[in-house]
Amino acid sequence: MSSPTSTPGRRKRNRDDIPATPKSTAKAGSDGQVSPPSQRRRGQDSSNGDLPAMPTSPATDIASPAVHDTSLFSSPPQLYSLEVDMSSPLMYGTPSSRVEGTPRSGVGGTPARQRPDLGSIRKAPQVDLHSDADGAVASEQALGQKLVIWGTDVNVGTCKEKFQRFLQRFIDPTSNEDENAGLDLNEPLYMQKLEEISVVGEPVLNVNCSHVQSFDADLYRQLISYPQEVIPTFDMAVNELFFERFPDSILEHQIQVRPYNALKTRNMRSLNPEDIDQMITISGMVIRTSQLIPEMQEAFFQCQVCAFSTRVEVDRGRIAEPAVCRNCNTTHSLALIHNRSAFSDKQMIKVQESPDDMPAGQTPHTTIVYAHNDLVDKVQPGDRINITGIYRAVPMRENPRQSNVKSVYKTHIDVIHFRKTDEKRLHGLDEDSDQKLFTEERVQILKELASKPDVYDRLSSALAPSIYEHEDIKKGILLQLFGGTRKDFSQTGRGNFRAEVNILLCGDPGTSKSQLLQYVFNLVPRGQYTSGKGSSAVGLTAYVMKDPETKQLVLQTGALVLSDNGICCIDEFDKMSDSTRSVLHEVMEQQTLSIAKAGIICQLNARTSVLAAANPVESQWNPKKTTIENIQLPHTLLSRFDLIFLMLDPQDEAYDRRLAHHLVALYYQSEEQIEEEFLDMAVLKDYIAYARTYINPRLNEEASQALIEAYVDMRKIGSGRGMVSAYPRQLESLIRLAEAHAKVRFSDKVETIDVEEAKRLQREALKQSATDPRTGFVDISILTTGMSATARKRKEEVAQALKKMIQSKGKTPAMKYQQLFDDLRGQSEAAITKDMFEEALRALADEDYLTVTGKTVRLL
Amino acid sequence: MPSSHDWINKPLGVVEAMFAQSNSNPEWEAKVLEYFKGQLKEKESHSWVPSLNDVPLHYLKPNSLVKFRCLVQDMFDPEFYMGVYETVDPSTKANVLRCGKYKDVTECGVDLNSRNTVTAERQTFYCVPIPGESPWAKEISFLSAARVVPSTSYVPSRQKRSYEEDDDDMDTQPQKQREPHTETPQIQPHGNGDSKRQETEAPSSQTTTPSDCSSHLDLNFPLPGERGPACLVKVYEGLDSFKLNDTLEIYGILSVNPVLTVLGEENMETPEEQRAHDPPASLVPRLHMLYARPLQHNNPLLPSAPTEDQSAFVSSFLVEMASVRAELLAYLTHVLLGDGLAAEYLLLHLISDVYTRRDVLPLGKFTLNLSGCPLNSYTERLYQIVQQLVPCSYRLSMSLHTMNSMRLVPKKDYVANRLVSGALQLARNTSLFLDETQLEQGQLDSSGVRNITALGNLISWQKVDYDFSYHQMEFPCNINVLVTSEGRSLLPSDCQVPLQPQVTPPNMEEYLTTIHMAQFTSQINKFRVYLSLARTLDYSISDEVTKAVEDDFVDMRKDDPQSVTAEDLHRMLVVARLLSLSLGQTTLSRDGWMRAKHIDMLRRSRTEQQKSLNGNEP
Repeated sequence: MSSPTSTPGRRKRNRDDIPATPKSTAKAGSDGQVSPPSQRRRGQDSSNGDLPAMPTSPATDIASPAVHDTSLFSSPPQLYSLEVDMSSPLMYGTPSSRVEGTPRSGVGGTPARQRPDLGSIRKAPQVDLHSDADGAVASEQALGQKLVIWGTDVNVGTCKEKFQRFLQRFIDPTSNEDENAGLDLNEPLYMQKLEEISVVGEPVLNVNCSHVQSFDADLYRQLISYPQEVIPTFDMAVNELFFERFPDSILEHQIQVRPYNALKTRNMRSLNPEDIDQMITISGMVIRTSQLIPEMQEAFFQCQVCAFSTRVEVDRGRIAEPAVCRNCNTTHSLALIHNRSAFSDKQMIKVQESPDDMPAGQTPHTTIVYAHNDLVDKVQPGDRINITGIYRAVPMRENPRQSNVKSVYKTHIDVIHFRKTDEKRLHGLDEDSDQKLFTEERVQILKELASKPDVYDRLSSALAPSIYEHEDIKKGILLQLFGGTRKDFSQTGRGNFRAEVNILLCGDPGTSKSQLLQYVFNLVPRGQYTSGKGSSAVGLTAYVMKDPETKQLVLQTGALVLSDNGICCIDEFDKMSDSTRSVLHEVMEQQTLSIAKAGIICQLNARTSVLAAANPVESQWNPKKTTIENIQLPHTLLSRFDLIFLMLDPQDEAYDRRLAHHLVALYYQSEEQIEEEFLDMAVLKDYIAYARTYINPRLNEEASQALIEAYVDMRKIGSGRGMVSAYPRQLESLIRLAEAHAKVRFSDKVETIDVEEAKRLQREALKQSATDPRTGFVDISILTTGMSATARKRKEEVAQALKKMIQSKGKTPAMKYQQLFDDLRGQSEAAITKDMFEEALRALADEDYLTVTGKTVRLL
Repeated sequence: MPSSHDWINKPLGVVEAMFAQSNSNPEWEAKVLEYFKGQLKEKESHSWVPSLNDVPLHYLKPNSLVKFRCLVQDMFDPEFYMGVYETVDPSTKANVLRCGKYKDVTECGVDLNSRNTVTAERQTFYCVPIPGESPWAKEISFLSAARVVPSTSYVPSRQKRSYEEDDDDMDTQPQKQREPHTETPQIQPHGNGDSKRQETEAPSSQTTTPSDCSSHLDLNFPLPGERGPACLVKVYEGLDSFKLNDTLEIYGILSVNPVLTVLGEENMETPEEQRAHDPPASLVPRLHMLYARPLQHNNPLLPSAPTEDQSAFVSSFLVEMASVRAELLAYLTHVLLGDGLAAEYLLLHLISDVYTRRDVLPLGKFTLNLSGCPLNSYTERLYQIVQQLVPCSYRLSMSLHTMNSMRLVPKKDYVANRLVSGALQLARNTSLFLDETQLEQGQLDSSGVRNITALGNLISWQKVDYDFSYHQMEFPCNINVLVTSEGRSLLPSDCQVPLQPQVTPPNMEEYLTTIHMAQFTSQINKFRVYLSLARTLDYSISDEVTKAVEDDFVDMRKDDPQSVTAEDLHRMLVVARLLSLSLGQTTLSRDGWMRAKHIDMLRRSRTEQQKSLNGNEP
């Protein structure tokens, strides 16, 4: 039945005081057949066994009337809940002692554990589909194959056999789940897992439903449709198999099967009444967990008069207090002894649908989930999880004083299996677990698109169509969206190479930089958008917060960590405070984030691409100044950007005309026209997701050669003029860009054309951002050291000239500052500003040649 | 007025009769909807249905058909209910099939194990009256409804009086201090003095102090000081077609069964959640939706449904469009102290509307920053005049205290499992009047910064990021933002107009009052219709004019590339659009474009002037 508090399936084995017949009673099946389809309970069978003439059994006393009233509901297709007989294979195992420490092994020796997650097994007798009812009673053995559990088409014997066969034979050579790490893929998978259980001693067997489906579709269907009946059967099958194989192993309790990944995976929104009592898998985010709720499974009563004790099972949240003591026949003498009753753990968890599953403009749905026993406290608020469980609907409890009922059901999920989807992110294992699933047709469409020769241009023009031109910038961002190939050099000690491409856009205000950022943020699944003005270092990294409920310190992650494997868009990068910016140094090269605060020291992954936008310090871009001077960012940070683009107003007529046309069209074209022209945003999204997950291009020989040449060429340019025009960082980013371009083509090899495009893009970006305004040459040192080589040379010259001048003056220990400045200006043929003069003084001071105190300059 | 309407008085009877006829054929559900839709299509029939907005709850008959003009404030989780169930008659032991649709509570003696039980799904929306609905809009819809209230014994005289009080407040003595609730930002969950509310509330609530709020029911209105009934609407069909913040007119069966509050002692929920999801039916009635009509606007002077009479209405009004515009412009010019240009811009702002979105870019928004506003309560008066013209508005006084303490962005409360509303949860085309003249020097704390950021986002992208604590969720909106400030606003805006008063009346209040008094109600009503109508007109631009605009842009840039940027073209295109619409023209003409260019030039030269005057503008 559906109540969360209903009787658990195999509680029988927890009894020690009721003398039950071992190996079960062979004939109790008659009970089920004889008794009317009422609510007689299984408890009765086990204690009665062959003794049906024991009407004073407490179980019987309370059974029918109370239960009849309260069994409010069962799922529509199976309306009557009937009892199951002890002879049924569902009742495997024998009641065993609860005494701890007694060595035991084998199925019989290991206590079974209650499975409140399954609720009570529907107390259905097996019915024979083929012969008449009496036959079923007569010879269970012979007819065993034809019996099915009432209301289902599950035959316990067949089901068990099938599952055992599955366990023994299932091989999944293509498995790449991390759970199966270390297992031999060519041996039966689950037998290895059983072996693991015998070693580790954790009696839980997780079974992937897709394995079951590929092995036996019918078994899978039964599992999905009748989990309440089938899972205990699986349990039984596993235990038999296990103890046959490892007869000496000692487990805490019998092995429980936990299926997961039911392919009928749904998002919360699509749950509907048809799913009630079926096994489902949904994904979501934990938003709240309750305190642990001890739930009584078995009440212990003691007679106040004669001290006779009896146990009563809790049935759907109710305890039927025995009215009469069986021993001394005193009425109302039994009292509940709390600390001798049996309890199980329960926890209520609220799960909210993940933001990706939701249609726009609606609020997320939430679902209540109940976790039982060892699943309690497995998840924390904020975790993203996949839940496999049984969907339940319970009618609102009837008020005894009210004759009418609220016609609403309460729904919840009894969880069988949790799987955290973001677990891996914390452990730093590779690749997303929540891989987007693509249908065959979709993949076909994407591949078709990829095979087109102009796919690169197509995609880049589909990017933010409302923003006009800036083709190279869009191409750069496109490559950023795809990213390079992740390489692992941790064996050789260098750690991970960054695969993410970082881009900085700078330029005049009002050149739709923010719009571009917004677009990217909306395009990628794990995008974060922050503004430099509004974010603090803490908001970007992580902060420690005291949870208001539990009073525990919790680490709350900030934008950079949240955009792990995504893109972090930072607007108004220049307005960011220095301390905030300093955080980015680590993230942008090492891709990690170290935190040491409030006693929490840790390193989080932040494999995020940074897309930043900065405005020039003077509201307009000054073409006479270098990039560094214009945006006033530390060069250490700038050199971490692979591409730095300028977004300037080009100011030419043809451009203006195209721009005007574009804008007017933007305002007055209908939706359809727009869609014809450009790729759908959804296609673009899928294309990127597919490439990111499945394509890992590697350099081929020619491409490596081309890269080497490109790098050498870049170094050569500057060497003629005595400056360095490229650093290894440029080579690295060249490789990344080439890889990303190969990804765009869905190619597994990085070829020369990829390198060519990477070179072109990098050259374009450098041309814009690293051109020395004084000489007109591209000078990488502007970005790497913050000063162009010519500027540095000039500074030195001024300093030398000053020194010469002072020396020529002869031995004067002190000079007037202003005097010196005027003299220098008079002497030099080039104009010398005050800044330059001061810089020269500082340079000389560094040489310990002089000191400046106030308005006087002293020689040392 | 028809004598009896069973479909209004006893809609459940109609539903049950249809159910009985159906013999469990599921088509009956569609038939029911068809029937009610058909009834409501009939001329004027929808005005016979009493409205929850106008009639106090205790005057409405339970289980009768009512309508409710509202905003979807929150969407609760879907729930399963017994669509069809069987009852057992205790005396005869006969089983009877019953229909559970459109009801909260079942009949006696439900057979819970019946095979015939059908479980169905429905969803609950938490609906509140449209936030910031202007008093005049309420009054007019109320008066038109009061003509025919067939199914209630309610005589609207007393209610009328309370509206008259409002009217006095607004129309005849605008200089009188408004009730304090418009100024104080704190949410006062009770004690707002509405007779209707006081009667329905338990008397004890009036003695509780605000700190004791936990025991009191917070009806979760987006704006402080709002009143009116909130409603739990049970939605059966077309769940996906509704979105948060939709404005709807809902026709449904009223359910105020007191049993609702007694039942449901399930321990799954926290007390807060229970309070939020199952408030007493006497305070928050349930409404089982039969038919819902999305509202394009809530202006009661306009025919609301896009029917034939609306197009007739539009075409008849189009004729006088130009003259009404001239009158309105003159009126606004007076109000803006004789500044014709500012009046022109204000008029354009009032009819602006986000008509589409191109990827992230909202098109058609026109946030106006009116700088150089005289201090001392001028802005307040200005707001009152705007309020008189638009059906929905809200004035947010941006004082430091308000910004630091007020909740602007809705936030999900996971304990009560509901979306706690904020002042930015507004219906479409609401006029948000941001009064920056109230801002003084001081420090914004973190929530103040968040609020300012939220306002900035609202203005630039027309979206509000609702706070879901673990993540944010973006909800697009369509709100007309008007910022009044002394200097340039600290918030972004599409267009800034420095006010240049031509007259300096010695007594500002008196001056404005006189202007206001000079307008007849019929005149004001014309303005109201004009503003709502101009917004709904279609608009297009011919290829020829497109070409001209392009040429013009290139020419302008040729002279001085710095002077005109892409941003300016964006704005001018919007101005041109609004200007054409304000004249009732649905296509852009060359003249229209030149005019738009012209007034934009005027405005820009004025800003330049201001800049050189102050010298310290950034």
